[in-house]
Amino acid sequence: MIIHVKGIAAFGPGFENWDTLRSHFRTGTALNTDFVPVPSGSALPGAERRRASATVRLAVDIAQGALQQSGMKAKDLATVFASSNGDTNTIHHICDALATAERCVSPTRFHNSVHNAPVGYWSIASGSMQPSSSLCAMSNTFAAGLVEAATQSLAEEVAVLLAVFDTPFPEPLYQLTPGRQPFGVSMVLDADPRGSLAAMTIDIGPDTQLVTTKMNDPLLENLRRDSSASRSLPLLAALAQPMAQQVVLRYAEDLRIKVSVDRPGP
Amino acid sequence: MHPLAISHYTLVNALGRGTKSTLDALQAGQSGLRQCNFMDATIDTYIGRVDGIENEPVVARLREFDCRNNRLAMLGLAADGFESAVAAARARYGAHRVGVILGTSTSGILETELAYRQRDAAGRLPAQFNYRTTHENYCVTDFVRRYLKLQGCAFTISTACSSSAKVFASASRLITSGLCDAAVVGGIDSLCMTTLYGFSSLEIVSATPCRPADAERNGISIGEAAGFALLERCEEDSADVPCLLGYGESSDAYHMSSPHPEGAGARLAMLRALQRGGLEPAQIDYINLHGTATRANDRAEDIAVSGLFGNRTPCSSTKGWTGHTLGAAGITEAAIACLCLQENFLPGSLNTVTVDPEFSMNVLLENRNQKNRRVLSNSFGFGGSNVSLVFGYRAA
Repeated sequence: MIIHVKGIAAFGPGFENWDTLRSHFRTGTALNTDFVPVPSGSALPGAERRRASATVRLAVDIAQGALQQSGMKAKDLATVFASSNGDTNTIHHICDALATAERCVSPTRFHNSVHNAPVGYWSIASGSMQPSSSLCAMSNTFAAGLVEAATQSLAEEVAVLLAVFDTPFPEPLYQLTPGRQPFGVSMVLDADPRGSLAAMTIDIGPDTQLVTTKMNDPLLENLRRDSSASRSLPLLAALAQPMAQQVVLRYAEDLRIKVSVDRPGP
Repeated sequence: MHPLAISHYTLVNALGRGTKSTLDALQAGQSGLRQCNFMDATIDTYIGRVDGIENEPVVARLREFDCRNNRLAMLGLAADGFESAVAAARARYGAHRVGVILGTSTSGILETELAYRQRDAAGRLPAQFNYRTTHENYCVTDFVRRYLKLQGCAFTISTACSSSAKVFASASRLITSGLCDAAVVGGIDSLCMTTLYGFSSLEIVSATPCRPADAERNGISIGEAAGFALLERCEEDSADVPCLLGYGESSDAYHMSSPHPEGAGARLAMLRALQRGGLEPAQIDYINLHGTATRANDRAEDIAVSGLFGNRTPCSSTKGWTGHTLGAAGITEAAIACLCLQENFLPGSLNTVTVDPEFSMNVLLENRNQKNRRVLSNSFGFGGSNVSLVFGYRAA
């Protein structure tokens, strides 16, 4: 299947937007990976922004970034949000409260604990009544989200806003779960080639035929392996290049997707 | 859309194991709800609890996945000959061509809740606790995929109470796009403190068995369930196999835990499901409502249903039998929709005495026998996530 990329956003250690990461890939501009940006949640209304968790802020920031680059309207886009662990801080606080004698769970915290809270806040802030989903597949969450968004766009002829994000758990779950750094990636995908930044041809196949693409730079390879969202780095590197590229992402233990990235024709 | 055959399905819930237990209880008017007796929970409410989970660990080869939620999943797979039906599909298509898409809202969070109670003086969790295989939201899909020896596309959808309805839409798209030839879809949610105390904090848990659409309704009864369906392209000779004829999804874009007061998102989801199936409202014989029995949900759903269907189409909620099984509600009610088609039967709204006088939709109070060709099922979740599914027989 062929799907077009209309907008891209990226957020992680050393970069808070796609331009910074893209120029690193294209021209070798150094990334200061000690710089960990703080998401602002600026797409949310004031009261919600003040209360929003780091996970929700990160999700709406990257969604807003990709949307802006696409020049499309939020109300026209279906949304697929994907995150390995969802709102990690909220889940921690609920389990913490339930371990006390009183078991006092805050009602706001409870409704924020659902995995689809970030996409719920996005739809409220953007006013979009289009379908929205929230999914996960452990370390393969980016690949699963990409396939879900692409198949939805093609099968239903709708542009889809994909946002994949992970934030680390606080202790004590921090020690037992993947993800040491927050990471987010977002793309607007569309079947319509007009205004396309790149065309992606996605194929799927068993692991016996395809080898997962790694990053050459050891620092970025460490980052790639850190979370499910950062598993998108090889594809982001390919999207940054002017020439056609091919990457293989792990979809499951025994399943891979091959993404061939091409520049759109004249 | 091209209809997809529901070539096999299974259910486990408070009414028992296997679809026949659910059908028998529906026909007998026998609720599965009981006064809350789950672990040390002190909430004054009724629950739809599945008996025996505590004594039935998961298979030894997957023992690291052992937790209440995955045990419940396994009970579902073991019922109704579902495993053999999947094994046949695996042989027919190849393991890489059969996807697994499951819904859950809380997965095995109970394990983390219990581990937090057992933290040591330094705040560390017990050594035997395994977050990845017992709580992480994908672990139930991982478990089912391994149990069934499938190798196709797989992910968990977690959109609160619409989770296991959305799986039908995703599976349809994967099959349409040619990435899968068949898919196991379903949902699993099990009792835990997070939902009992969480819904209680929102003051939407009823102290009596829930009464959907009743003038006196005052909240939900939480239940647990597992259900699965095998979806495949329709064969030529499958006129008597229930099919997924349409699906519709929408967002309320209104509030995190309250539905749009006029049911605008719900209406849009139903409309899209009808459009995708090429159907008019009058072609629907029965609507299985989301019908949670909260004041706000049932009122908004009435406005949406009566606005689109008028006041004739029979409708009811089956949550008086099963409780609200949250992330498993979509598959539970999808399976009930298929039972209605195959048994030519409609369930009344159990526990409902007087329908809210402000409602216009046609709420069935008694069971009814009638021939059904098409049934619509609604599932709505926190975050304003709405799904409607249409099940039925293909046009003759």
